[in-house]
Amino acid sequence: MTAGGWYEPGSSPVHRVPAGWKFAALLALAAAVFALRSPVWLGGICAAVVLAYGVARVSLRRCAGVARSLGVLAAFVFAVQWWLLGADRALVVCLRVVTALAAANLFTITTRIDDVVAAVEGGLGPLRRFGVRPDRIGLIVGLTLQAVAALSAIAAEVREAARARGAQRSVTAFAVPFLVRTLRHADELGEALAARGEGDR
Amino acid sequence: MIEFEDVGHRYGERVVLSGVDLRLAERRVAFVGANGSGKSTLARMINGLVLPASGRVLVDGLDPARQGREVRRRVGFVFTNPDSQIVMPTAGEDVAFSLRRSGLSRRERAERAAEVLAEYGLAGYADHPAHQLSGGQKQLLALCAMLALDPAVLVCDEPTTLLDLRNKRRFAEMLTGLRQQVVMVTHDLDLLDGFDRVVVLDGGRVVADDEPGPALRHYRALVT
Repeated sequence: MTAGGWYEPGSSPVHRVPAGWKFAALLALAAAVFALRSPVWLGGICAAVVLAYGVARVSLRRCAGVARSLGVLAAFVFAVQWWLLGADRALVVCLRVVTALAAANLFTITTRIDDVVAAVEGGLGPLRRFGVRPDRIGLIVGLTLQAVAALSAIAAEVREAARARGAQRSVTAFAVPFLVRTLRHADELGEALAARGEGDR
Repeated sequence: MIEFEDVGHRYGERVVLSGVDLRLAERRVAFVGANGSGKSTLARMINGLVLPASGRVLVDGLDPARQGREVRRRVGFVFTNPDSQIVMPTAGEDVAFSLRRSGLSRRERAERAAEVLAEYGLAGYADHPAHQLSGGQKQLLALCAMLALDPAVLVCDEPTTLLDLRNKRRFAEMLTGLRQQVVMVTHDLDLLDGFDRVVVLDGGRVVADDEPGPALRHYRALVT
């Protein structure tokens, strides 16, 4: 995991905004960024997001990690879009992608997953009468985020094992054990959830 | 009290358990046996993760096949691989996840989780990413997640296989102090100091059932 990341405990104003509002703000920002076409406005919002990293007092190491992976992505997107659509449009697309991803990253860094899950559950509460189970959906959100970490850990181990056997370029040497281990992980996780009473009721 | 009455089980054609009759009332019970002897399957039957194909299991008079929910409230289960037991991103959240049906508020759950973590040597790790803990700490976290619910029985399926010697000892010491009835599946005979009863399985049958000394002599004779 380089860009994606985990919660970093803190007491900044950004940390203290309730998760539900923060999530709504993130969605609104993403929608706004994709509706706007002016590079000036987009640049302004992008600068505001960068400023928010400062307000949240995210560690420099973390910021550098985010900047590095977003930089690589932005360079790639810019190159492709420039070739396809020209420099002006490429800049707009790049600013959109970078702003949305940087904001999403800030959200994960400053928000506890538990709070996100609770916010999702709370937000979906009114749908309970239509047969929606908010606690289930909350758990799925939590597990999805968790799966990113679990799968990247498995991928790293499998890649290491392939390298140890001199097979770093072989696709099958990666794909087969990765798939097998992922399925086994899914089995074990299911069993652990059942043991913890998930699904009882 | 955990009772197995003429329990049998098979996976497809392969018979993994047959004719198991046991009444386990001791505080510390171990299932010992070679790979494939049926000990893990037997342990999974205690909380209904596996239901017997024949015979029945009772935990304090409750049948996991019909009263799974009540049984799982009474029985905590620690698996071999802590990575697949941790379902939430931080240690505190993972323990709090166990308490989600406890009727406590979110704040109370977080506080309770921090208390449990502190009690078992993970003080200050509540906000720590669970997957960045060491192997020994992860297994302690898995234990905390179970003990937070204060079950009457704790089943552990080879809980120390992935741990180094120091962490293995630490985990074993932790188990010794618990008020719970412990049923442990293990190959690791060092863990059985202080156990009251050792059940040796071979080919799906109970071949010895005794105090650790005689039972383990039987097990050693079996593997040599």
